[in-house]
Amino acid sequence: MTVEVGTELPALSVRLKRGDLVRYAGASLDFNPIHWNEKTAKDVGLPDVIAHGMLTMAVASRIVEEWIGDPGAIVEYGCRFGRPVVVPNDDEGALVEVTAKVTKDFEDGTVKVNITAAFEGKSVLTGAFARVRVG
Amino acid sequence: MPLDPVFIGRSYPPSQPYDVSREKIREFAEAIGATSPAYLDAEAAKALGHKDVIAPPTFAIVVSMKTNETVMFDPELKLDYSRVVHGDQNFTHHRPITAGDRLVCVAHIDAITSRMGNDMVTVRTEISTVDGEPVTTARSMLVVRGEDA
Repeated sequence: MTVEVGTELPALSVRLKRGDLVRYAGASLDFNPIHWNEKTAKDVGLPDVIAHGMLTMAVASRIVEEWIGDPGAIVEYGCRFGRPVVVPNDDEGALVEVTAKVTKDFEDGTVKVNITAAFEGKSVLTGAFARVRVG
Repeated sequence: MPLDPVFIGRSYPPSQPYDVSREKIREFAEAIGATSPAYLDAEAAKALGHKDVIAPPTFAIVVSMKTNETVMFDPELKLDYSRVVHGDQNFTHHRPITAGDRLVCVAHIDAITSRMGNDMVTVRTEISTVDGEPVTTARSMLVVRGEDA
């Protein structure tokens, strides 16, 4: 597969609702109550329950795996957690919009893909990138 | 009180082995909404050259969780868990985590820094098979918010 620097990956929108947070808590074994209990979240100064940073990171990785086909080609994945994704207790939840672009060819069969994830128009993951084997 | 930089370089004993199962991978993949057949269907994973279903790139956080807790609750480190925020995360996969793997984690404290009243602790967890094959290097930077920060 030949991949040009500058290639934009098909965008991805993911809606996270309270039930998704509970499900991720169970699957990841991260039961921190700020991800499911409004009272605890507000007690520590958050506006409401927030998504696990690791859930946002995991959801954002889907943009790469859906593009590349074999997720085993993702050899590195990293990000900083910039802002929380606040998830209200309603049917709408929180919409996370993910974009990604190939920004560098390492010329060893891998490329760098920069990933952005936004919630309410603001970036929630900072400096997110994946190094992906394409050759 | 700032964390003591004397703990930089500290390593922890290897964890109990973690057995990676197809069902745990499926549960995790479904929880993140991932639909790749490589996570869900052993035959599809094999067709891509894997031994069995592979795990999503962030699944390593599940494998390393117990080890990270050992660091977080290390009584000598005196880290105030109630003030800890996940700052950043990186996974380097030497190969994908695969169903059937028996994995061992060894945690190391790579860095402790302070900035504007917050402490930053970088924990590197080396995940390898019980036979010593390197699988994943996971780096977590934890921010310990200061009293006034």
